[in-house]
Amino acid sequence: LSSPYGPKLEGGPPGLAPKVLAFCEELRSEGVAVGTSEILDAFAALEQVPWTTEEDFREALAATIAKSQEDRRVFELLFDRWFFRSAEAEAVERGIGEQGERFEGGEQLDIDGLRDAVREAIVAGNDGEMRDLARLAISAFGRRGEGSGVVGVDVQRIRRTLGLATGAQPPTSAGEELPPIERDQLNEFERHLRRELERGLIERTEALPPSRPLAELDRALPTSPAQDLASVHRAVTQLKRRLATLGHEQRGRRRGRHVDVRRTMRSSLETGGVPLRLRYRPKRPRRPEIYVLCDVSTSVTSASVFFLGVLHALHDSFRKLRSFVFIERISEVTEVFEHERDFRTISQRISSEGGVADVSGYTDYGRVWLEFLGEIADELDPRSTVIVLGDARTNGREPHAEVFAEVAERAGRLFWLNPEPRLYWNYGDSVMAAYERYCDGAFECWTTRHLENFVNVVAGGAPAAE
Amino acid sequence: MADDAAPQSVAEVKEALGQVGYLADEPAALVSFLAQRLGKPVLVEGPAGVGKTELAKALSRATGRELVRLQCYEGLDEAKALYEWNYRKQLLRIQAGATTGEVAEDAATDVLEDIFSEEFLLTRPLMHAISSSDPVVLLIDEIDKTDQEFEAMLLELLSDFQITIPELGRIEATTMPVVVLTSNNSRELTEALKRRCLYLWLDYPSVEREMEIVRLHVPELAEALNRRLVEVVHMVRALDLKKPPSIAESIDWARTLLLMGADDLDRETFESSMSIIVKHRTDIDIVAERVGVKLAEPPVASGPSPDS
Repeated sequence: LSSPYGPKLEGGPPGLAPKVLAFCEELRSEGVAVGTSEILDAFAALEQVPWTTEEDFREALAATIAKSQEDRRVFELLFDRWFFRSAEAEAVERGIGEQGERFEGGEQLDIDGLRDAVREAIVAGNDGEMRDLARLAISAFGRRGEGSGVVGVDVQRIRRTLGLATGAQPPTSAGEELPPIERDQLNEFERHLRRELERGLIERTEALPPSRPLAELDRALPTSPAQDLASVHRAVTQLKRRLATLGHEQRGRRRGRHVDVRRTMRSSLETGGVPLRLRYRPKRPRRPEIYVLCDVSTSVTSASVFFLGVLHALHDSFRKLRSFVFIERISEVTEVFEHERDFRTISQRISSEGGVADVSGYTDYGRVWLEFLGEIADELDPRSTVIVLGDARTNGREPHAEVFAEVAERAGRLFWLNPEPRLYWNYGDSVMAAYERYCDGAFECWTTRHLENFVNVVAGGAPAAE
Repeated sequence: MADDAAPQSVAEVKEALGQVGYLADEPAALVSFLAQRLGKPVLVEGPAGVGKTELAKALSRATGRELVRLQCYEGLDEAKALYEWNYRKQLLRIQAGATTGEVAEDAATDVLEDIFSEEFLLTRPLMHAISSSDPVVLLIDEIDKTDQEFEAMLLELLSDFQITIPELGRIEATTMPVVVLTSNNSRELTEALKRRCLYLWLDYPSVEREMEIVRLHVPELAEALNRRLVEVVHMVRALDLKKPPSIAESIDWARTLLLMGADDLDRETFESSMSIIVKHRTDIDIVAERVGVKLAEPPVASGPSPDS
């Protein structure tokens, strides 16, 4: 088949199968991984459902082809466009049109009557009704000679002429009350308008407008800060599992292992029932203790919201977690996180009453290590993990790397997440190199992707490709 | 691939599920239909408490098949999911051979062959589902909780419905099980696993559909109160909570309100029964603060509950 883009008036081989294949091809071009086995499944599924109904056809394809929420989103967008275009291309090719009687009947209706009918159809969510009314509206609108020829503009003009808006609705001319119309419902009607206008345009020009790849904005799932937070939470949940099960077998003492009788007996069967090799019960990993130190000075302002998000998520997942924020001196904020749930309140409380001694506003890492060690030296043991979130910019003050080394010595593991690209480390007043050699790992980290990468590396996996 | 018992249309599946108390929406019914017709496993994803597990249970009830459930957890291994040799019995067999004084070499090989036969096999859920003579519904719950290695082990089972035991050989399914895998989406599943499954994303239902669900389970509840209740649950779900209320909790709440004899959801009723749908202390504070205030104060003189 030729390129999935551009008019395809010549058409591929006739029939449904090439169309479905070409649709899969287009999905692939948008980055959805559609395997051959999935296409085979799709055809097997289409044999089972009455594919003459659009919903069944669509769901059968989606269930076999789009295997994640993101893929499903792309699928929906492309499905609409692809099959609409295919149908129109076929119609143009065969010369099927409605010239003459298209968009007729609008003149008998007054605008008020039409508006009421449209609103009722929108509220009822009736697809067929909305389509008919969209055509009526276009007809009425075209008769008034206001068409601009640009689909997007016309849609909005028709909507305004009809006086359609979201929110609470004025009663109909017959005096009936209508429930408020949601944004989604109105969008649905606008979609019908757009489609009917496009169809008219295609019939007039007998050509399909060129199709474009999906805009990045369209394909992304609608996100909000809350969802970014959710993805941070997801990464942290993985981190939790990894920290809980990882690397503990090397630490701790070999003493006190218990023989697993069941497994010993089982393996003794290989030696005729004589237990030559003892099997031990796996040691239950102890719960990790985590200390997080988070830089909240002005040099990391852009990253600090992200960092607080990470802290927030960590607190959700770990019981034994103590968190500290620091600028010039250190201050424990474990309490704040334990008692507040709302992310915004937490950031406010930390900035207002976090108790961060912020005399000059400049970070003093050396002092932070001294204070940190002084405060919890006795509690650090090989079970504990220390995570530092900061840019290692000391503003020219003494870095006290030897104190940091002692922290690293006492703690089981020490990780550093730096919000700056690796390229900028050790430039200017950054003393990352002095600290990095004592860390079990130092990572650049300012997006969720980086955080996931960190989790992967901690888990012993390969770093994800950038 | 479809046997005679397989349903003929999507509507039939929807109807059957409805009769056992599960209101499936169009995609869920269609995927269940395809699963039975094509004999492919279904991967169901979605937030906690939207009825993923319930779908499998309903399928088992609707088709009259036995439900075999494998609850996944971290560290789940083959011995607990697939099969294990019954070593006690094997040992006894060996000792029985020894005490009767059999010393001949061929007797020893006999014993060896003998103790690795099906008689000494302890079947675990997956094996049970495969070897059962009646068709079953196999539910592999919360697959995202296991490790990737375990997922890889499932692949043979999911694509060919067979299990290979080194000592015994291949065990193939005699009947085609309906396999449902659920995942809370806490980690990305491998492509290989996804490729073998039909995919179904279940989300929280719309107000209308959730009202229907509540109505089905608590038919005595007044219609107006039902709507109010579901609307409040939706409001609560829109907040950023540790654990948003599930559909099951909506139903529990409806039952509670019925027991309390409430005829409207005012602030007082809400605050006294809120703990049914919100289960974290911090969540309770947020909900009381954001949702509680939106509800009307209780009327000064409220009559006894009328609906019965």
